[in-house]
Amino acid sequence: MTAEGSAPKVAVLDYGSGNLRSAVRAVERAGAEVELTSDFDTCLAADGLLVPGVGAFAACMEGLRAVKGDRLIGRRLAGGRPVLGICVGMQILFGRGVEHGVETDGCDEWPGVVERLQAPVVPHMGWNTVEVPEGSTLFAGIEDERFYFVHSYGVREWELVTNNRTRAPLVTWAEHGGDRFVAAVENGPLTATQFHPEKSGDAGAALFRNWVASL
Amino acid sequence: MTLAVRVIPCLDVDAGRVVKGINFQDLRDAGDPVELAKVYDAEGADELTFLDISASHEGRSTTMEIVSATAEQVFIPLTVGGGVAAVADVDRLLRAGADKVAVNTAALHRPALVAEIADRFGNQVLVLSVDARRAAGTASGFEVTTHGGRKSAGIDAVEWAVRAAELGAGEILLNAMDADGTQDGFDLELVTAVRREVSIPVIASGGAGRVEHFPPAVEAGADAVLAATVFHFGTLRIGDVKHALTQAGHPVR
Repeated sequence: MTAEGSAPKVAVLDYGSGNLRSAVRAVERAGAEVELTSDFDTCLAADGLLVPGVGAFAACMEGLRAVKGDRLIGRRLAGGRPVLGICVGMQILFGRGVEHGVETDGCDEWPGVVERLQAPVVPHMGWNTVEVPEGSTLFAGIEDERFYFVHSYGVREWELVTNNRTRAPLVTWAEHGGDRFVAAVENGPLTATQFHPEKSGDAGAALFRNWVASL
Repeated sequence: MTLAVRVIPCLDVDAGRVVKGINFQDLRDAGDPVELAKVYDAEGADELTFLDISASHEGRSTTMEIVSATAEQVFIPLTVGGGVAAVADVDRLLRAGADKVAVNTAALHRPALVAEIADRFGNQVLVLSVDARRAAGTASGFEVTTHGGRKSAGIDAVEWAVRAAELGAGEILLNAMDADGTQDGFDLELVTAVRREVSIPVIASGGAGRVEHFPPAVEAGADAVLAATVFHFGTLRIGDVKHALTQAGHPVR
């Protein structure tokens, strides 16, 4: 929790090309002070770290490693510091990605594989509903809204095993063309969405407010 | 739990200004793409498409500023097309704040461009814009055109869509040049022909005039519907189109 009255500081990890403007502005609108940077120490010290990501899993992991992003995420989580992964920024948190038969290691914060969606029309592109579990704070007040997805790969099986001594992460699911995949995860300091909150209009703005309020 | 049909207004932008007139009452500057984008967003548009028709380099630079201003103020996906000829153009547009880039003529001249863009940025950023018209003697009955539908590109429209999808296009923006401007409805046969052969999303464009034109396009296989004139002139509002789609049993946001 940040001091009363001061805006939480959020670093948006800059590790490749793509549209980062919308993410920066959307988190600013949610009440945070935002810096777009690839500087390790700045990202480590921030109240929250946002890890964006578009394009191929392998290319994203390469870009992430080039700025030591994988170590950065691990270090933050070890200290209980919040991290939010978006789209491929969520996918790279899993064990590995498989694209065109080629496997690439991910950050392995969660077990699981990112693989091609099995639906008649891929990419899954557009506004879809999500199945939010009981107790979600990320989706508080926006459980029934639609969010903007654009992806061809996803996590189709949640593999993390928990017991009654560990608190099970909250996993939100989405469905497209008969295929079911992870839409979001809330796991202590580690949060992630497959969809793009920064492109999801008012619903996305509310989600960012929920996350920023938790910092 | 079904993906919503996307309703997409398209704005023609020349040197940072919206070309076609509009008559929204609550608009301070009808020629300002950012103002218009905000109105469409407030009305429930699911995405926005800017088509840059600037002839000059300066005009294109101005459009880039407009893209940035829009991305910072409107939080729905933004596609920008017009004159995209190289990977560097795509990079500039994405950095400016575009989420997707539409490629048309340059890909016809050099299909490898599609693969180059998809390999660098992923196929989700690449919208292949196809200007198709009916043509006897082609396998599908439709050919690709250039120069705003005036010249034949000498290639079958469905074959081109299939090839572009194989090369890495993430979506097809299907402009029916015969229907364009008629306001007589979408070219449903064209949508059906392309839908049958590709497994990437298809946006139907060209011919929208009344709300009842939209549901048949979806039934023909379109994942999204795009229109320019009817929205610009306020003939139809986004909400009217969504209402008609809902009535026909299609999910909308």
